[in-house]
Amino acid sequence: MNRPVRPVAVVAFAQSKNVRREDHRNEVEMLMPVVGEVFAKVGMTKDEMGFVCSGSSDYLVGAPFSFVMALDAVGAWPPMRESHVEMDGAWALYEAWTLLQEGELDTALVYSFGRSSPTQLDKVLALQLDPYTLAPLWPDPVAVAALQAQALIDAGLASEADFAEVAARSRRDALGNPNAQVAVDKSVDQLLADDYVVRPLRRHCLPPISDGSAAIVLAAGDRAIQVCARPAWITGIDHRIETHQLGARDLTASPSTTAAARGAGFLGNGDDGAPGTRVDVAELHAPFAHQELVLRRALGLSDDVAVNPSGGALAANALMVAGLTRIGEAAQRIIDGSAQRALAHATSGPCLQQNLVCALAATPEAGTTTSEGGA
Amino acid sequence: MAERCAVIGVGQTRHASARTDVSIAGLVREAATRALEDAALDWADIDAVVIGKAPDMFEGVMMPELYLAPALGAVGKPMIRVHTAGSVGGSTALVAAHLVSSGVHDRVLTVAFEKQSDSDAMWALSVPQPFSPPLLAGAGGYFAPIIRAYMRRSGAPDHIGILVAVKDRLHALKNPYAHLHIEDISFDMVKESIMLWDPIRYLETCPSSDGAAAMVLASERVADSASLSAPPAWVHGMAMRSEPTMFAGRDQVAPRASADCAADVYDQAGITEPRREIQVAEVYVPFSWYEPMWLESLGFAAPGEGWKLTDAGATSLDGGDIPWNASGGVLSSNPIGASGMLRFLEAAMQARGQAGEHQVDGVRRALGHAYGGGSQFFAMWVLGTDKP
Repeated sequence: MNRPVRPVAVVAFAQSKNVRREDHRNEVEMLMPVVGEVFAKVGMTKDEMGFVCSGSSDYLVGAPFSFVMALDAVGAWPPMRESHVEMDGAWALYEAWTLLQEGELDTALVYSFGRSSPTQLDKVLALQLDPYTLAPLWPDPVAVAALQAQALIDAGLASEADFAEVAARSRRDALGNPNAQVAVDKSVDQLLADDYVVRPLRRHCLPPISDGSAAIVLAAGDRAIQVCARPAWITGIDHRIETHQLGARDLTASPSTTAAARGAGFLGNGDDGAPGTRVDVAELHAPFAHQELVLRRALGLSDDVAVNPSGGALAANALMVAGLTRIGEAAQRIIDGSAQRALAHATSGPCLQQNLVCALAATPEAGTTTSEGGA
Repeated sequence: MAERCAVIGVGQTRHASARTDVSIAGLVREAATRALEDAALDWADIDAVVIGKAPDMFEGVMMPELYLAPALGAVGKPMIRVHTAGSVGGSTALVAAHLVSSGVHDRVLTVAFEKQSDSDAMWALSVPQPFSPPLLAGAGGYFAPIIRAYMRRSGAPDHIGILVAVKDRLHALKNPYAHLHIEDISFDMVKESIMLWDPIRYLETCPSSDGAAAMVLASERVADSASLSAPPAWVHGMAMRSEPTMFAGRDQVAPRASADCAADVYDQAGITEPRREIQVAEVYVPFSWYEPMWLESLGFAAPGEGWKLTDAGATSLDGGDIPWNASGGVLSSNPIGASGMLRFLEAAMQARGQAGEHQVDGVRRALGHAYGGGSQFFAMWVLGTDKP
């Protein structure tokens, strides 16, 4: 960053209930109540939004330009400043945050939607891989994730019981989240009695297949304080990508998460962490149970941090939405007064290839976002 | 207040109907390497990469930026993937420019591409959707009725579209990167080509191309200190606007989002008379008739008068006072996702004096324009030779 960070905050978050199959509503109908709710929370309307940005994937809908009709959920009339990323909505939020940094716009609506039910995810996500060397083998997403889980076990960094522990805690916490899709109280021993899906992953290590949507309103400076009693200020946000070739990566680590966290001004919650940036809660986008363990290490989170009190992506995993939801859930803890500082994380691509970290706080102190780039 | 932003490097591929000599990664890298060389930078100098393309189904790769990260030197860096339909090449450049103007980064590489030969855009645009009658007619089928409405409204004579098609193909003969080089292009050749979607003839429509475009955008600090073979092109204004595909109050012939977007970008650049204050425009004209339509919407002519500029040769490199699409435009090269960025990039080349045979003399300001969806997404920038 070449100049001081302009204080920008999450002032409202809304999400749909995540369900296995949204049979009776199309994308616009899924989004409309969520967009309506997020505006109602801050008493604002679409006409007050300086910018609108969304995230979604055509391949989930099975149609080109799926975001075009989704814009009808907002009602872009009169015409709006508007853009779209073919990514998780967390990156749409990053784009909106960037525009607000220029100082000419004060507000933005960010939304995303994902409906996996009409697709065959095992086939569709294989098309995310290198089209020449990997996709023709049709590796399904569970098999790809299993490589990473096995690498953790082989390196002595985790056990199958550790995976089960993450899953048990996440689904138990999800009992308190009315928007979660999978919420259940089961012991680690019960979970370990499951059959393998792809060794070493059992059913409980996998995310659910979800349909859902989410929306966030961002506001800068005084505008945030006007509409929200306790805005969740973004003190830093950054993201990084790694190489795509799984064989060229150390799948047990996530250097892009570490770099993004540093860029966002978060230096860890362990002994090395700067005391001023310690967080109370972290919402990590870990679709597979073992990925939470990778992320905890990459971020340097100590055991006293509440990780994924919402249940995380193991409880609800609408693709293109789950990352934005992590930012929303983390921000909500600040907005409702239960946390002073929070960390949110979003991921994209196989085995945590691309990662975004957003640091949030109840006070808009100067952030240390650097984004100096460079590998 | 936003930071100043400049284009310091441009690169594009040779565009062709099928670039079977390169993979997708090879295609984007060809453009990006040229942009870096032009900016006198190396991969390691780049802070972030912003990539755009039209629907993923055009190549059959979901979110191809994931696979392209190493080919574009993005490993360890931020990477963003933009998709705003046909306007995406322009929007992608704007997202990249905002990363500089917001003060977040100093050097951003932006890339857009399409490898249409990997699939069939006509098919990919015609997937049946619930509750919507499939057009099964591609983009031309969608836009033809809008063009007919323009002709009725303006009283434009039938031959205007042919004039645009000939003019842009003549321009393309001066652009070594253009896909179509039709040496013997003539009025009669266009007129006699088969009618695809009345009134759009075969030679009045854009080709299907493989190609990529790339630019390096830089902060004032970097642009001032760079040793470049051509001066930077400074961003004087940038804007995007969107409106819904359909509703009763919408005028698809003269979309309000287009007029609003132009008004915004001119206001930022301090332009009140575009025809006089802009010396060259690269405007997204995928079907010939969109030149007179956009001449009006962008304020180069009064409503109903755009076709008269075309008819009088005002938009021609050969003696016109406001050349449009000196590069040959979308009618001569159409790698869909990159087509908008090529407009933005060609505007930069004109402002930097890099356009070679199709360079317009005395350019002080250039307009780059892209549109997409059902004439509903707009992205524009105005570049200048001087700092804003």
